[in-house]
Amino acid sequence: MKLEGKVWRYGDNIDTDVIIPARYLNSFDPAELATHCMEDIDTSFAKNVKAGDIMVGGRNFGCGSSREHAPVAIKAAGIPVIIAANFARIFYRNGINIGLPLLEIGSDVEKIKADDTLRVDASTGTIENLSTGDVFRAHPLPGFVQDIARAGGLINYIKEKK
Amino acid sequence: MGMNMTEKILAKHAGLESVRPGQLITCKLDMVLANDVTAPPSIKEFEKIGRPVFDRTKIALVPDHFTPNKDIKTAELTKTVRDFARKYDIVHYFEIGRVGIEHVILLEKGIVAPGMLTIGADSHTCTYGAVNGFSTGVGTTDLAVALATGEAWFKVPETIKVQLTGKKPGNINGKDVILTLIGMIGVDGALYKALEFAGEGVAELSMTDRFTISNMAIEAGGKNGIFPFDEKTKAYVEGRVTKAYEAVEPDVDAAYCRTVEINLSELRPVVAFPHLPGNTKRVEDIGEIRIDQVVIGSCTNGRIEDLEIAASIIKGHKIHPQVRCIVIPGSQQVYLEAMKEGLLEIFITAGAAVSTPTCGPCLGGYMGILGAGERCVSTTNRNFRGRMGHVDSEVYLAGPHVAAASAVLGKIATPEEVG
Ligand code: SF4
Repeated sequence: MKLEGKVWRYGDNIDTDVIIPARYLNSFDPAELATHCMEDIDTSFAKNVKAGDIMVGGRNFGCGSSREHAPVAIKAAGIPVIIAANFARIFYRNGINIGLPLLEIGSDVEKIKADDTLRVDASTGTIENLSTGDVFRAHPLPGFVQDIARAGGLINYIKEKK
Repeated sequence: MGMNMTEKILAKHAGLESVRPGQLITCKLDMVLANDVTAPPSIKEFEKIGRPVFDRTKIALVPDHFTPNKDIKTAELTKTVRDFARKYDIVHYFEIGRVGIEHVILLEKGIVAPGMLTIGADSHTCTYGAVNGFSTGVGTTDLAVALATGEAWFKVPETIKVQLTGKKPGNINGKDVILTLIGMIGVDGALYKALEFAGEGVAELSMTDRFTISNMAIEAGGKNGIFPFDEKTKAYVEGRVTKAYEAVEPDVDAAYCRTVEINLSELRPVVAFPHLPGNTKRVEDIGEIRIDQVVIGSCTNGRIEDLEIAASIIKGHKIHPQVRCIVIPGSQQVYLEAMKEGLLEIFITAGAAVSTPTCGPCLGGYMGILGAGERCVSTTNRNFRGRMGHVDSEVYLAGPHVAAASAVLGKIATPEEVG
């Protein structure tokens, strides 16, 4: 899966409460969640994000609540991949389970700035920063986690196994 | 090489002799939990799988976040949970009037036990480590699959040993311990890792202290936070847990990736400043910070001992005229005991509001939402930006002792300052 898009850049410890605040958890409609995604730290995101744009965060991205509404909202906003130094554990699982690739690149993430354009191969984990010429490699996904990703998420994976 | 407590529980449930950090395993689950926010999307995903529930006695559905329903949408969410519970005749389903906060009632009713493996679609599922179980939070898709299969995959975590030493001073409780620890290792200090508590200091901690500590393992990024089984654990689970259970203890040669020591005798009442639970400071060092609201409750500090501590400080005083103080017992049982012990009378005569059990303000749901610029001292577990309301409001996390003292004095204060 090859992707190319403009970067929405966020910092360390982006928590699930800012990704999708609890006041919107009375719905789990992805399209509705997407309209409020990130609004407490970035009111321009939901308005201006374009399908194919890429989200980039720092350390411990997605910390906090287990709400799968958070990766669902980001995915429904049109983001096909998130890149971060590393991800909080439950958010990471949730991303894999809903078929949203999450790539961890450690401190290399500091070389990616807002509005850079990235080309990402989610299956190999190769990330090219077309704005700077840098190339990064994400830590590869472990074996059967790759199978889940390939199946498009855990539900499909379980159905295939049945 | 021996195994630590987390590894032992994971190995047993994976049907393996032993496991090592980094290993990917599939485990059988003893209990699967969801609430009114996470169950409805899980149920939707579950239906796509096209199988019945794996075991109606091993599922707990606790509509606690917006209970009693705050609006039509949440009424619809709870109805989804209720209909599902009836359809599959789920044993551990809790209706309004019997419901409490999930992580309070699952322990209180003995639904979770030592040595058990529990997953819950709620990040604070890690609370059950306090009774020597392995429990961790997952999202809705993991939960959906667990409802159908009774299994989940795990990566065996590395474990950080938290060595507790020294005597615990009387004015210190579990919240001071865990906020101090998160302040030391950071909000990602235990990312992908297990926390295991050890040392002679464990015996100093009440079960309520341990619930608070295990509850907030996730605030250090931890997968779980497990305590050894001792006389106090035994006394707590006796009469609650009816099933046979098998407690675990670490092998003497168990491996840990790191050891952190906390000397309980050196602890002072602390508070975590906005907007991270790791912004821990000693209350005596912070100067005067005026506040608008106090919340005492939640899965972190909504148990009877928490309310006893708060009431002992508030007794004979009034809530400060500029402060709204909201007290929320964590379960109907806690509510009833607080009534019998006269705690509710202390709160109400002091000018506090007492609510039916609910998560309510903890996640900014309802029942105490903050406006712009308002400050709240809360016994809950998260102080992220906008967590309890407006993005420009502030949440300061503390134990019931500091929260109660702050409610009386109108500023963040230690119990000693109340006098
Ligand atoms: S009390 Fe707060 S942290 Fe605990 S389960 Fe409810 S919303 Fe979550």
